Amino acid sequence: MKRKSVSYAKWGYIFLAPFFIVYCIFALYPLIQTFYNSFMSYVIDRGTIDDIWGSATGAKETTTITWGGLSNYSAVFSKDETLVQSFLNTIIMWVIGFIPQIAVSLLLATWFTDLRLKIKAQGFFKTVIYLPNVIMASAVAFLFTCLLIRDGALYNFFGPLAGDSPAGGYLSILDKVWGTRATVGFINFLLWYGNTTILLMAAIMGIDPGLYEAAQIDGATPSQTFWKITMPLIRPILSFVLVTSMIGGLQMYDVPSLLTLDQGNPQGKAMTIIMEIQQRKDSDVGKACAVCVIIFIISAILGFITMFGMDDSREKKKKRRKV
Amino acid sequence: MTGSTEIVGQETGKTSLLIRRIVAYVVLVILVFISLLPFYLLFINATRDKAQIGIQWYPGSALIENFRKLFAASTQVAFGNVYKALLNSLIISSCASVLCVYFSALTAYATHVYQFKLRKAADTFILLIMMVPTQASAIGFYRMMISLNLIDSYIPLIIPAIAAPATYYFMKQYMASSLPLEIVEAARIDGCGEFRTFNTIVRPILKPAFAVQIIFTFVGNWNNFFTPRLIINAREKYTVPLVLSAMSHAGPVERDVAIFYLYMVLAILPVIVVYLFLSKFIIRGVALGSVKG
Repeated sequence: MKRKSVSYAKWGYIFLAPFFIVYCIFALYPLIQTFYNSFMSYVIDRGTIDDIWGSATGAKETTTITWGGLSNYSAVFSKDETLVQSFLNTIIMWVIGFIPQIAVSLLLATWFTDLRLKIKAQGFFKTVIYLPNVIMASAVAFLFTCLLIRDGALYNFFGPLAGDSPAGGYLSILDKVWGTRATVGFINFLLWYGNTTILLMAAIMGIDPGLYEAAQIDGATPSQTFWKITMPLIRPILSFVLVTSMIGGLQMYDVPSLLTLDQGNPQGKAMTIIMEIQQRKDSDVGKACAVCVIIFIISAILGFITMFGMDDSREKKKKRRKV
Repeated sequence: MTGSTEIVGQETGKTSLLIRRIVAYVVLVILVFISLLPFYLLFINATRDKAQIGIQWYPGSALIENFRKLFAASTQVAFGNVYKALLNSLIISSCASVLCVYFSALTAYATHVYQFKLRKAADTFILLIMMVPTQASAIGFYRMMISLNLIDSYIPLIIPAIAAPATYYFMKQYMASSLPLEIVEAARIDGCGEFRTFNTIVRPILKPAFAVQIIFTFVGNWNNFFTPRLIINAREKYTVPLVLSAMSHAGPVERDVAIFYLYMVLAILPVIVVYLFLSKFIIRGVALGSVKG
């Protein structure tokens, strides 16, 4: 016999309501609008040269919105050279930051979890390497600008690398394409390697210690243990780190923006796609929307890859357990 | 781990372990140096005069002078109200983090405790939207704020924090591990209303999760540059990152790097202090959030 009970279902809906109302107004509706406008040729002519620090609502702006089909998308991929270049820049700067980041993080995570190595003062090291991650990225970028420009504290070290001389016109490495890109990559490395180390440590500590003991008894060298045990077993977290870092890299904005005064100079080679969105928000709205949609699609694809990757590994584990 | 395994090749094993240990410590010390050097230089340079150039390792004596210059009227004209920007950032970040954490917990509570038709659907939906970056809807958001006349208002910076999928996810996990449904049942039997149960019984249980997430969202909002850049144009409404950006645009004449350094110190010091006190919990939170798979 089932007793008649009070239904609390309505409270579920009431408690969910604020989240969904806010989400629909401030995220879902704008997202749909962005998709819609990405198919429009949506250009705002403000009459004068844009002052990026000027007011958003100019007096004599004229807006033209016509159906544009896929023209915005073809602009992003081929016709509009600055957009294509910005895409490339974003990828290059992400790679420059990510490769040292993953290498150093793997090394540190292995050392911190190595039972024979017994690193002392781990709390201190972890606190220090994670510290840059909580600091305002735009402040770190501006700090590096101030350190590297002429008369900056680190100018004497890095100026000569850029061919600095009275004859050469006192260049800092921020006047060179590779110098700016390397600086952006380095800052991203600095901000994120601590975070990655901690994620990888959590993964490595989840591995059965018996495996390491067995390897040690069998006389495996540390590098063998690393490549044959650690690497295969942390692959799900590695793919998670890779994908989240790629999504983050796609959104790279604060650092290159502060470092290059929003211009992405030298020669637009440090411009990222998010900087393009900000620059075109009041003029070339259609193309900016197309860039947004592309970011959405890439993030969605990457997100699903990790989800399936992780599910896959979990299923394998379950199967193994059953056997 | 010890004893029997170390007898085999004890001598070679010990020297190689020693070498590995030395290498590890050397690399760690270098990394600590690299991580801290920029911030050390930042603090040193904030105490130095505009005229002292190049690298120097000791603090200067111009700190008070720099403070005076930073809050001088000419600085306000050039870069916006630097003092009020700190206050603006504080207001936005506090409001946003409190709203974010409270409503995320409420949402997680809804799908954790109540049985209703759309429960599973709502949960999956929130997980899916977690992957959508804010930037993906940025232009639509910006255009909408223009048409709603919310440019230069803090509403678009604060209210959207209510819908935070990542915080929801954290809360949900925390509830699954430490909120027994029996407590809710007991409260009901005692005649406690649903809303009151959440506020007076559940919320205290969730305190540790609240603390971690408030810190994370506060820092996230304090450091946010992208959204304020989209929404805020008026100088008196600037947040800290916007002032820094305005400073980076300074020409060679008005450029006084010393006060820029000082302002960067003011921008990051609160976060560093909070971090140093709570780093243990923060790092644990990062590790927890990661192993969601």
